[in-house]
Amino acid sequence: MAENHKIVGRSTTRQFLLLGLMVLAVLTISLFIGRYPEPYWMPPSYLWRDELAQRLVLNLRLPRILTAFIMGMSLGASGAVLQMIFRNPLVSPGFLGVSQGAAFGAAVSIIYLGRSPLMIEASATLFAFSGLIISYLLARNIRYGKWVLRLILAGIATSALFSSGVGVLKYLADPLSELPDIVFWLLGGLWSVTWRDLLYILPVVLVALGVLFLMRWRINLLALRDETAFSLGVAPSRERVLVLVAAVAATAVVVAVAGVVGWVGLIVPHIARLVVGPDTRRALPASMLIGGIFALICDNLARTLLAGEIPLGILTSLAGALLFVWVFLSGHRWVRG
Amino acid sequence: MNRPEIISLARLRFSYTTSGPPVLKDLSLKIPAGAVTAILGPNGSGKTTLLFILLGMLSPQSGEVIIDGKDQKGLPRSMLSRLMGLVPEEEHIPFDFSILEYVLLGRAPHLGLLEQPKEMDYQVAHEALDRSGLSALADRPIPSLSGGERQLAKVARALAQKPRVLLFDEPTAHLDLNNKGRVLDMIRSMADDGVAVVLTTHDPNAAAVVADHVVLLRAGQTVATGPADVVLSSENLTQTYGLPVEVTSVRGRPVVLPW
Repeated sequence: MAENHKIVGRSTTRQFLLLGLMVLAVLTISLFIGRYPEPYWMPPSYLWRDELAQRLVLNLRLPRILTAFIMGMSLGASGAVLQMIFRNPLVSPGFLGVSQGAAFGAAVSIIYLGRSPLMIEASATLFAFSGLIISYLLARNIRYGKWVLRLILAGIATSALFSSGVGVLKYLADPLSELPDIVFWLLGGLWSVTWRDLLYILPVVLVALGVLFLMRWRINLLALRDETAFSLGVAPSRERVLVLVAAVAATAVVVAVAGVVGWVGLIVPHIARLVVGPDTRRALPASMLIGGIFALICDNLARTLLAGEIPLGILTSLAGALLFVWVFLSGHRWVRG
Repeated sequence: MNRPEIISLARLRFSYTTSGPPVLKDLSLKIPAGAVTAILGPNGSGKTTLLFILLGMLSPQSGEVIIDGKDQKGLPRSMLSRLMGLVPEEEHIPFDFSILEYVLLGRAPHLGLLEQPKEMDYQVAHEALDRSGLSALADRPIPSLSGGERQLAKVARALAQKPRVLLFDEPTAHLDLNNKGRVLDMIRSMADDGVAVVLTTHDPNAAAVVADHVVLLRAGQTVATGPADVVLSSENLTQTYGLPVEVTSVRGRPVVLPW
């Protein structure tokens, strides 16, 4: 009887141990991947005998590696909880006008407010949150369908609004200086990341992911129909808004720094559920770890593969789309333990 | 039947829109503790609306709902959810939750906002699965279940909640004879254990099998309420459904036939 869940418990512990080891391995290996002193690999001994290597690792690679990992964690976690509370496996974290809002904010900053990274980030964050607020207010006033449908419709409309705004700005931009910056930002990437960027996203991400992690069992209840959730003592609309704001806030700051990095938040939760099952108690932490690993590997490729930087968004979309197809072609709906 | 009532409704009036016609009109009734009460009526008579008002999810425009001697409006949600459970007609469960994980959700009223189910909650969930005859399937994903097993899983989830009042919305709709029997048996045994069961149904025969107490509802008003053997008469049912109905008896059990 009670044996059953202990067996599940044991295999879950093993899975998380394995994931944790993978995280450590990928984080460590990433430090030695790059294009100094020669393409692809830096022998670890450089760390104590080459001063340039020390500075490179400490000031460029380490903040970028940690930011990539945290970005993946945030997108994976947001995707996992949003897919759960919307009961829809095709929802991704940026869908409530957040990604397009951030893109619009970045473009506004590049053309009108200045091209300093701080300004771009601030503007992108501001418009990412505006996207969420507009979607939410719109959804509250739509007189059609239930709240899932209303929010999705409002998100589509808001995203379209901002993406047409981005189109206008691209048209207005100076094709020689501003336009390439906008296009490059839209493709997503972490090449300019410093410790300052990491410190910028860290507080929001920590609070948001902390709230989600602590509520991880309860998030399961938010996937039930309103009347059932209500009968179990949940305040469905209030608790869903809390979870929604936490998930979207983490996404907004991450997108403001990294640009539009697609597919991480969509595909990672699917892989996590495949490995540890759909219960958010496990699917959420697994989405964080797998998201971090996925984003970090993609970013390592982005900065190492070619002499020039490959935009991260291109790699995550490519890898994400291929994984997505593989997950749905392989057809195993119930992999566990 | 002189059981004490656990719920009483007085002069209830409810409509979904302010301008629209009321769904429930001046409705008063009492629901006895430790018995099965069937709310019986045609489609659209207000059964499910009434159930959601009992649950506290819909608030009536006027009238009062007294639960266990207290005004429902004054009861905090956490207390209400420990008192009363719901088995909805349809439950959409996304993703491949196992039956055990799903049944565990029934422990929510007994856990805080940030708490996780503990050993004791697992025990209660396993007991609920045992009672529903689903123990062997505990690790199976919900989407792989048959309609009957899914209905039993919903009942197990509500049982894990340990409520004193359990509301069922159309518990036997879409079930075959065998599964109908299993669900009705569970309802019976819960009532025998002291749980007040309230179920809605449009099927008079299901009510005849399991109910101690029947409320006949037509267009938001009661046609008759009282002990099942008294209320389930040809005249009352004819009036409720608006077509000739005859109640006969087969081996001592009432059988309802439309004419």
